[in-house]
Amino acid sequence: MAVTRRDTLKSGSAALLALGFPSSLQAEEVTAEQAIAAFVKGGEILQGGITLDLEDTAEDGFRVPVSVTAEGAEAILIVAPANPVPPIALVAFGALAADQQLSTRMRLARTQQVLALARMPDGTVRQVSKHVDVVVGGCGA
Amino acid sequence: MATGVKSRVKLPKTARAGEVITIKTLITHRMESGQRINDDGTAIPRSIIHRFTCDFEGAQVVDVTLHPGVATNPFFEFRARVPRAGVFNFTWYDEDGAVYTDSKMISVT
Repeated sequence: MAVTRRDTLKSGSAALLALGFPSSLQAEEVTAEQAIAAFVKGGEILQGGITLDLEDTAEDGFRVPVSVTAEGAEAILIVAPANPVPPIALVAFGALAADQQLSTRMRLARTQQVLALARMPDGTVRQVSKHVDVVVGGCGA
Repeated sequence: MATGVKSRVKLPKTARAGEVITIKTLITHRMESGQRINDDGTAIPRSIIHRFTCDFEGAQVVDVTLHPGVATNPFFEFRARVPRAGVFNFTWYDEDGAVYTDSKMISVT
């Protein structure tokens, strides 16, 4: 059987797939649902009581400024569900934190709805989300 | 091990007892996500800082868990209460086992 150009392409792309995604990467993949469930710990999820400051359009997905505030929270989790690794950062506030606010910079792979969750001392969880248009994706986030 | 790691911390040198101050921290680190592919088709190995803490002489201010979605040169801004004159300690934990530290004195007027 003659080897067609199409056959060559097929085998080539299969080889690339095998090379490009080493199994070690998949081993510790955490889905957005898993990350959220581990944070919520079965608590009731309520809206409000948390703010997520984020620009509507991120020109550069490699470096998106983000700020979360939740008064009285024990901890806050930021999640970007459409990223290859959805959890971004988890912050726990100690006794000397003057307020429950953290600003940082994150990577966004593509346009998506970014989530922030805050766990309160009474066990409830506050949730907020914000849609962000990403112009140049921080691919490899 | 990540090379050329340098931390920068910005906070006031003096404050009143009980005053709330803003702390900004930055550390030079590639935060290589492990998702990027080289020209030769192999993945660039993951290399990230996975934890950052700030404390005032043992009393915790923040404890942050970082994932690969935190941008290159991780930056954090937060606010702390100054109980008395003393030292704020900052610690970054690299996944390769390296620990980077910085500390800043603050005096009370």
